[in-house]
Amino acid sequence: MRLNLTINGAQHTADDVWPGESLLYVLRERLGLAGSKNACEQGECGSCTVYLDGVPACSCLVAAGQAAGHEVVTVEGIGGGEDELHPVQEAFVDAGAVQCGFCTPGLIVAAHNLVERTGEPSDEEIREELAGNLCRCTGYEKILDAVRLAASRKQEAGT
Amino acid sequence: MKPPPFEYRSAHDSAEAVNLLTEYGDDAKILAGGQSLVPLMNFRMARPSVLIDINQTHDMTHIRADDGHLVVGAMTRQRVLERDQTAGSAVPLLPAALAHSGHTTNRNRGTFGGSLAHADPAAELPTVLVALGGELTVQGPSGKRTVPAEDFFLAPLVTSLEYNEILLSARLPRLPQGTGVRVEELARRHGDFAIVSVMAAVHLDSNGRADLVRIAAGGVDSTPIRLHEAEAQLSGTALDDAGIDAAAVAAADSVHPTDDVHGSASYRLEMVRVLVARAIRSAITHQKEGHR
Ligand code: FES
Ligand code: FES
Repeated sequence: MRLNLTINGAQHTADDVWPGESLLYVLRERLGLAGSKNACEQGECGSCTVYLDGVPACSCLVAAGQAAGHEVVTVEGIGGGEDELHPVQEAFVDAGAVQCGFCTPGLIVAAHNLVERTGEPSDEEIREELAGNLCRCTGYEKILDAVRLAASRKQEAGT
Repeated sequence: MKPPPFEYRSAHDSAEAVNLLTEYGDDAKILAGGQSLVPLMNFRMARPSVLIDINQTHDMTHIRADDGHLVVGAMTRQRVLERDQTAGSAVPLLPAALAHSGHTTNRNRGTFGGSLAHADPAAELPTVLVALGGELTVQGPSGKRTVPAEDFFLAPLVTSLEYNEILLSARLPRLPQGTGVRVEELARRHGDFAIVSVMAAVHLDSNGRADLVRIAAGGVDSTPIRLHEAEAQLSGTALDDAGIDAAAVAAADSVHPTDDVHGSASYRLEMVRVLVARAIRSAITHQKEGHR
């Protein structure tokens, strides 16, 4: 099939797509958007998390055919542009929440969703919201620090 | 891991899904949120040759409450249901159970009906349906039929759905205002499938006697199990400590767990006893303290 979908605000088209392949495969292998990572392919690790119609979803469990005509935002679309980091990304850097970086793109999407949606999330809320994202380097404390930092900076900025 | 090849079809409403199921027969499967089926396919533990996607349908996405019941459409996303005020006030056990069902990202996409039709004996939503005596409405080529939850779940991943039937919605009795509810779950990690789960709903009348007791356990038999004997022992009583402990023993006597890598059968029996007692006590506290 010819797959048309919106990614990070731009219209994208991919040809000869098997509707049963995953959205993650389309993003990485057909459209060159390798930010979303492929690990478990069973919805367990969250490294493939993207926004699908504004809601975080595991792109490994979404069939390409299901994404046709829908709106996707990947980690590439979170920051402002080439070198411009989103405050959530900046907080990850500042807090030292990135080790090997494999889990980071999925965590950025999940953390972005949390910080944008809530004011100052409690530790419990942060843990609950990020429970679907595994970090193999197990840098969870720094990741929590990063989310707290992003949330408090957002509060201070009053946005 | 990639799924084996399959043909992808998209249905625009439930009737079209039934037609496609009838056309393709046993080789076809319904694709809803994909949180259970797609991993099974990626592991090649399921190999349907046709997937019928119902994500484009609009006639199975609703949450409605009347005086007596809550009706939830099968395509309702779990996260939407979890946060829905109407559903939460009619059946507070639902949001409490959903909080244990996978992670938020899974619930964003996973559907109410998908979890029921998948029929994992350790999954939360089937256990809620069984606990509260819910009813499932299914549609086949010759019309609709309604199945009580205890007759719907037959074995692990097996339901009474015929090959050409689709789950439309499920209906749950509204719990009396102020009913205390509790989900006690033993899992390796929060969000994992339960090794043992117990769901309880308790309502005490103005004299302090239980006029409603509902208890079910998940993960301890081939389907979720309603603990009728324990309910009968507790109904009409003041739910004193001795009564709760005796009912918990009766509960453990009425389930038949098997050994697996997560725990032995005898461990599960012991956990049923412990968790039933704990769930009842917590549900009482929940009613007394009022819903927060
Ligand atoms: S790759 Fe999608 S959740 Fe792990
Ligand atoms: S930083 Fe390595 S997996 Fe999280």
